[in-house]
Amino acid sequence: MSILGTRVVRTEDPRLLTVGGVYVDDLAIPELDGAVRATFIRSPVAHAAITGIDADAARRLPGVVAVLTAADIAEAMRPDKPMAEPLLAIDRVRYVGEPVALVLTDGTCQGEDAAELVAVEYEPLAPVVTVADALLAKTLLFPAAGTNIAGTGTAGRADPDRFGGCEVVVERTIVNQRVAPVPLEVRATAARWSDGRLTVWASTQNAQLARDTIARRLGLDKSAVRVIAPDVGGGFGAKVGIDRDALTVAWAAYHTRGSVRWAETRSENLSGMVHGRGQRQTIRIGGHRDGRVIAYQLSIVQDCGAYPRSGAFLASLTQLMASGVYDIPGCGADYQAVVTTTTPIAAYRGAGRPEATAAIERAMDLFAGQIGMDPVEVRRRNLVPAQAFPYRTATGAVYDTGDYASALATVLAGAGYEDLRAEQARRRERGDVVCVGIGVSCYVEITAADAASGETARLAIDGDGSATVYTGSSAHGQGHATAWAMLVQDELGIPMERVTVIHGDTDAIPEAVGTYGSRSLQLGGAAVHKAASQVRDKARQIAAQLIEASEADLELDRDHGFWQVRGDPTTALTWAQVAAGAGEDGLEADVRFTAPQPTFPFGAHLAVVEVDTETGKARLVRHVTVDDAGVIVNPVLAEGQRHGGIAQGAAQALLEEVRFDADGNPQTATLADYAAVTAPDLPSFELLDSVTPTTVNPLGVKGIGEAGTIGAMPAVQSAVIDAVAHLGVTHIDMPATPQHVWAAINEARAAR
Amino acid sequence: MNVTITVNGTPITADVADRTLLVQFLREAGGLTATNVGCDTTSCGACTVLLDGESVKSCTVLAAQVDGSAVTTLEGLASPDGQMHPVQRAFHAEHALQCGFCTPGMVMAAVSLLAENPDPTQDEVRAGLEGNLCRGTGYHHIVRAVLAAARAGREPA
Ligand code: FES
Repeated sequence: MSILGTRVVRTEDPRLLTVGGVYVDDLAIPELDGAVRATFIRSPVAHAAITGIDADAARRLPGVVAVLTAADIAEAMRPDKPMAEPLLAIDRVRYVGEPVALVLTDGTCQGEDAAELVAVEYEPLAPVVTVADALLAKTLLFPAAGTNIAGTGTAGRADPDRFGGCEVVVERTIVNQRVAPVPLEVRATAARWSDGRLTVWASTQNAQLARDTIARRLGLDKSAVRVIAPDVGGGFGAKVGIDRDALTVAWAAYHTRGSVRWAETRSENLSGMVHGRGQRQTIRIGGHRDGRVIAYQLSIVQDCGAYPRSGAFLASLTQLMASGVYDIPGCGADYQAVVTTTTPIAAYRGAGRPEATAAIERAMDLFAGQIGMDPVEVRRRNLVPAQAFPYRTATGAVYDTGDYASALATVLAGAGYEDLRAEQARRRERGDVVCVGIGVSCYVEITAADAASGETARLAIDGDGSATVYTGSSAHGQGHATAWAMLVQDELGIPMERVTVIHGDTDAIPEAVGTYGSRSLQLGGAAVHKAASQVRDKARQIAAQLIEASEADLELDRDHGFWQVRGDPTTALTWAQVAAGAGEDGLEADVRFTAPQPTFPFGAHLAVVEVDTETGKARLVRHVTVDDAGVIVNPVLAEGQRHGGIAQGAAQALLEEVRFDADGNPQTATLADYAAVTAPDLPSFELLDSVTPTTVNPLGVKGIGEAGTIGAMPAVQSAVIDAVAHLGVTHIDMPATPQHVWAAINEARAAR
Repeated sequence: MNVTITVNGTPITADVADRTLLVQFLREAGGLTATNVGCDTTSCGACTVLLDGESVKSCTVLAAQVDGSAVTTLEGLASPDGQMHPVQRAFHAEHALQCGFCTPGMVMAAVSLLAENPDPTQDEVRAGLEGNLCRGTGYHHIVRAVLAAARAGREPA
């Protein structure tokens, strides 16, 4: 029986549960003996010109090895494009937390003490805190660029006539607020220059991308840089590649020809590591009173923060996924990506797709409210039908496979939709203070958007018949080691405990892409599968020679891992024997798997929320989901991804928000202020199964890492609004904090 | 100043600065790095250890304050023959960890929770773990693991 699809607990766990992982700051290796500690001096103001840096006092402090500023950085390493990001700030700071200088200290003094002695003079400039301010362009972050707009785009239909034939048109501007990724392990980096080579230990999702960036930015040859990702304590997109701060630490090791290590504080993390989301969206939806939607326009203003890292890219993904699961011929989308004097924005779990789903789902609810139809019924009438796949959207996405109506039906049945509506009606009739709200979302998302880049895998059979997998995909909690070993066992009959999985070291795995965009299993896993089948083909040839039989007569007994003449166990050869027969080259395969196109997981979520109408407090009491990601290799891991994703989506809907004051000062720069979701904030989620395989990879799998977040956020938001809809509330921006909910209720009451 | 703390049964003595936190003592003087630091406001619980049997956030305790005390960290939880503690076993069986960063603190908090309340409800587990953040699991599997460990603890071995 195949091990695939069975509930296998993780092989990673015993170590993590008994001695703990080894994260960058835990590394106790001889290469880092005597490494100096790096401490950043960061901008305390959102926008200012730097008029002077006096580091003399700091330099005189015993234990201070160096104080580095932009003046120490070679001209060639300076950014050349108008909005490009320097390592240490040059002449100007553009967000609170921006790195201005770096203090290196030995063990005899604390970096914070030394950092306090560095005096930086700032001449304040006007802050640009909101996207509205950015668009006004009274103050430019990059005067040389002549604009605060970092990118624009359009997709799909642009003609305004689309709305002409609609019986009903609803328009509204909503906010998909800025949130913080909060991986529990903050950013940490260690770097060592020795013998003409730079080795960097980084908390990253993509060691190879990090290496390429380091080499490019420092002007080094790729072969002169090695990046190692030890255990990584969560990434969620925020640890893609290597960011500016970590890069600066790598540069410091190179510049001083020494070893440097750095681990930030949580406050640095909350203002210095990228944030996610940050879109102002204007939705315009039009259709007929029978529930049919015929036109939709999503106009996005994406906040990029101070430097346009991947802000425009995120908005382009939102644009691509604008129409979601619905067949809307008249769909169009456009975006403007702008810079503001705030922390830069980049990928965070979902990266552009939750924003698309939140917008279209909110639009569907508003439209349903306007025509007085059950929001579920409106959805049903507009879903892309199961027989329409592959389906091309107006904005240019080609959905591979799906059955959206069945996902919705499953979730409604599982949750008992009719009963929930009845309970809601009873409470309303009684005039209960605590109201119940039901929110439904349907979603489709794009995973492995860069399917053509693929992923690498090398599989080698060792002399003792065990296997080693070198995977280009990079794990930070997902359980690759378990899943990859299952794939090898399934293909080769080598038991998974005899399969070692290695990742995250550019010397061992020079070419790879790594982990983001829910690409791991469908590209990295498929690469392992491909490598295993190549090894199997080679092994068959070798075994045939050894047994002196024809290849066609051989079989691999996958239950025992024997090669033999079909039905004749007396001829059985072990993997060790076959590997020994492989000679000099060994028995291995080195592959890159690419897919012809991305995959589009989908699902439906139903959230039940209780809202106390006197306090505005919203509590998620149930959350039921279908998340169809094609074939499931290990339900344990898939469920773990779903639960974690749902929690983050619900957290954005209910609690989490990065806030700045009018001057651009962060108001949520500690975990005491940032409302990261906790266990009592959430119920246990109810997960329902659904499997619609894809045909674009041999495993039939799609991505699952971000699905939960994408489905949950709109469902929970919708449930909160639904709970107080009878009071006249039509919209509440996220997060649905007591203040937001209470204000919405009061506003609606006043308007009556 | 000289501080001696018995960590996982072994006394560790070190000359440390007054402001050294217990978590720094464990990681630096003790070389025990399972205990992690995830914040600077006592909010995340990654540094949770048992101090004389009770859970504390080791980032809020000065090493000097607990001179002479006994501390248990994740590394000291399994029995000497390597048998995992029932909470560790339950975390494994229920997939209650992903990246593992919160795990050392979460496991110690769970051990302490069950010592105080051997038969908790789901809501009591959730409330009891409020001070321990996990960004990976969504808590569902952690809660299940704690309930499973509680059940295992009640059953005769
Ligand atoms: S497993 Fe990563 S934070 Fe809990």
